[in-house]
Amino acid sequence: MKIDFTVNGKPHTVDVAPDTPLLWVLREHLELTGTKFGCGRALCGACTVHVDGQAVRSCAYPIEYAQASQVQTIEGLESDRIGEAVVNAWIDLDVVQCGWCQPGQCMSAAALLKANQSPDREAVDASMSGNLCRCGTYSRIRQAVDLAAKNLREGAE
Amino acid sequence: MSGAKPQPASKISRREMLESLIGGSGLVLALAYGRPLRAAVVKQSESLATDFVPNAFLRISPAGEVTVIAKHDEMGQGIHTGLAIAICEELEQDPRQVTVIPAPADPAYGNSAYQVQVTGGSTSSWSSLEQMQQAGAVAREMLVAAAAARWGVDTSACEARDGAVHEKSGSRQLSYGELAVDASRQPVPEDVVLRERKDFRRIGKPTPRVDSADKVRGIAKFSLDQRVPDMLTAMVVRCPFFGGTLKRYDVSRAEAFPGVKAVVRVPTGIAVVAEGYWPAFRARELVEAEWDAGAGGSLDTGELRKLYHEKAKQPGMVARNDGDAIQALSNAELTVEATYELPFQAHAPMEPLSCMVILKEDGGAKIITGSQMLGADHPAVAARLGVDPSRVEFQNSLLGGGFGRRANPQSDFTIEAVEVALAAKSLGRPIKTVWNREDDLHGGWYRPMYLNAIKAGIDNGKIVAWHHRVVGQSIAKGTPFEPLMVQDGVDQLSVEGVADMPHGIPNLTVELHTISLPVPVLWWRSVGHSHTAFAKESFLDECAHAMGKDPYQVRRELLQGHPRLLRVLDLAADKAGWSKAPAPGVGRGISVHESFKGFAAHVVEASVENGRPRVHRVVVAIDCGLVVNPDQVVSQMEGAANFALSATLGSKISFSQGRVEQSNFHDFSIVRMNEAPDIEVHIVASDDEMGGIGEVGVPGVASATCSALFEASGRRIRRLPVEDQLA
Repeated sequence: MKIDFTVNGKPHTVDVAPDTPLLWVLREHLELTGTKFGCGRALCGACTVHVDGQAVRSCAYPIEYAQASQVQTIEGLESDRIGEAVVNAWIDLDVVQCGWCQPGQCMSAAALLKANQSPDREAVDASMSGNLCRCGTYSRIRQAVDLAAKNLREGAE
Repeated sequence: MSGAKPQPASKISRREMLESLIGGSGLVLALAYGRPLRAAVVKQSESLATDFVPNAFLRISPAGEVTVIAKHDEMGQGIHTGLAIAICEELEQDPRQVTVIPAPADPAYGNSAYQVQVTGGSTSSWSSLEQMQQAGAVAREMLVAAAAARWGVDTSACEARDGAVHEKSGSRQLSYGELAVDASRQPVPEDVVLRERKDFRRIGKPTPRVDSADKVRGIAKFSLDQRVPDMLTAMVVRCPFFGGTLKRYDVSRAEAFPGVKAVVRVPTGIAVVAEGYWPAFRARELVEAEWDAGAGGSLDTGELRKLYHEKAKQPGMVARNDGDAIQALSNAELTVEATYELPFQAHAPMEPLSCMVILKEDGGAKIITGSQMLGADHPAVAARLGVDPSRVEFQNSLLGGGFGRRANPQSDFTIEAVEVALAAKSLGRPIKTVWNREDDLHGGWYRPMYLNAIKAGIDNGKIVAWHHRVVGQSIAKGTPFEPLMVQDGVDQLSVEGVADMPHGIPNLTVELHTISLPVPVLWWRSVGHSHTAFAKESFLDECAHAMGKDPYQVRRELLQGHPRLLRVLDLAADKAGWSKAPAPGVGRGISVHESFKGFAAHVVEASVENGRPRVHRVVVAIDCGLVVNPDQVVSQMEGAANFALSATLGSKISFSQGRVEQSNFHDFSIVRMNEAPDIEVHIVASDDEMGGIGEVGVPGVASATCSALFEASGRRIRRLPVEDQLA
């Protein structure tokens, strides 16, 4: 099946089985390996990308649903100020350990901050609890979301 | 890997043990085929002819690029940054301006504690610090000599500072890049003087991770991200029973699936080789396989628990025997008795396992993987291919978590990938064998299931007898590490943390029952300490309550004469506000434990909400001696607390009718953001011997959590994970 869609602002056409998860199209066809595979069943969030502005788990998102969609991945996250603030906060606080889950964490955090400029702890915990980190970097993820939110608010003043 | 110490009675030196390891094992050590260090590095790149390569760990290009070749694998613990800091301390270079790459498989990169190329046992920092400082110092001396020669002055008139050599009395300076070609021609100095601790400019100062930005941006390459032209993806149908065999199979539907290139038989099952993950995954579901379950077919966790409890009633192999614990128990005023159980645990690194194999015409291969133990994988692949190891090239990657799973002396997933490549050789294409989460959780190599049965005798408010039986599988038995780690029939990995307990109890017996099961087992972050610390520290808590004493004070009394344990214990208690009562409904638990030459104490605050455990706060005190990068010690303690909490609260591997009952993160439950506590880390400023870090933060968490839950609810958890036991 031919799928036309846009990834990080660039149009792409792929011809794959319609049930192929978006994750594998990104990783194998477009060679955008920043989106990670962790569970294959939308349980861990490592594969989180934005489709038309919504955070989705790309491992369980059949490519046929991405027809004519705008997809944003970690490779394109810094193209807007929220994404940039998230990535910078993650780097500033050395959130990563092994790093495998962190692109997905950043995609979820950016989606949260797009919807809520000043999330409190409960909101952060609720939004980020779909993203697992086996290394256990949760404290720093919380701090990084707070830092990104703060920097965005101060930058907007 | 292990922090196991040789038994006091043992007269075997480390060298003798290593010799026996080399001589008496099937593992052909990388040491056996050493070649010049420069050769090892030159393979990394073709543009090296003009690079300055003073040793195996460092190269500097004429353009000024400084590359550190990391002998230890980066799996999150920050060791790439740590190694860079140690080299840069003496090289006089900003560690933020270096590139760190994984080492190839080569004896030059052997772990200095184990003499095998492996990252484990929390050995990386302490075992390699001085070697890295020397590597940097040698390079600096050669750069200084090159500058002195260029200027026609004595080396004493020159000084290396921040990536350049400066003339002390003048304004002349030359960057390391400008000196690279000349430095290569300088003699390698035989002796270098290393800076004293008080003069350190980089070691011990907070340094940002070298890998943060690339990992956050998704640019960093892990094993699963590695791609080569024409590559295929393979997935293997494995036997659902450990030790089972394939009886009948039909692959016709799988072979007909679009994108499938081959379906081949391999020793571990049936491999589907296809153009990418999705066709391989879909076609694998179409393989019809019938298995003879074999010995593993009857595995059942309930039955295993019965077996372990039965074993614990009988005397085992003696791991330690001080005084007469049986006699002292029978004479004691008060006895306390408890049994602690821990399940199999999967490592479940977030990045599923993968290994790419590119077979070469000369019979060798290039392997692109994510390994903690090239020292085992390299000779194993060479042996399987029947070629000299020099024909097998390894390209290691960043590891998306390891926790021990990628350090398998039996090289399971590496050899399986080679088997797949050999079976599908006629395709003539590189093949990456990929595991998914279900494969990972079903695939074995777990932390063993353990039981600890303990009795204590108390006289006059003092513990005078301690009788401890451990029941569980041996990790080292049957591996090349057996001669090193199994002494007089006792696998030190099974009893570490209790057989060496320093509490000064006069009558102390530790016994071990080693169980044989078809379940493959492996070291899991903190190895034996992951169960012995839970049992020992929980039981001390029970004894304290039986004596009506404060659990913190009981530990203080028992640990007199052990200043490093006392110091972390006092620090954790102080920072946690132990002397003040916790908030209403909140319980508090404390633990202190030595492992891997590091010392950690934990205070945990927890409560029970709607029958569920809720951990609010973890206070950690850590003494690892000299600290290379303080923020990464903090990071490791934070991560270790959450890693340990997962195994305390929710994750386990269990069996029913021979099958593993868990399959993915919905039923292998690890801590999520909404369950993650606040964690405070306090590092002891210590001039004592350097020790481990990565594993040291794990052992004390489970007992401190369960002691806190006891204080909050009055219910004692003696079997992990807690799950719904408080409902």
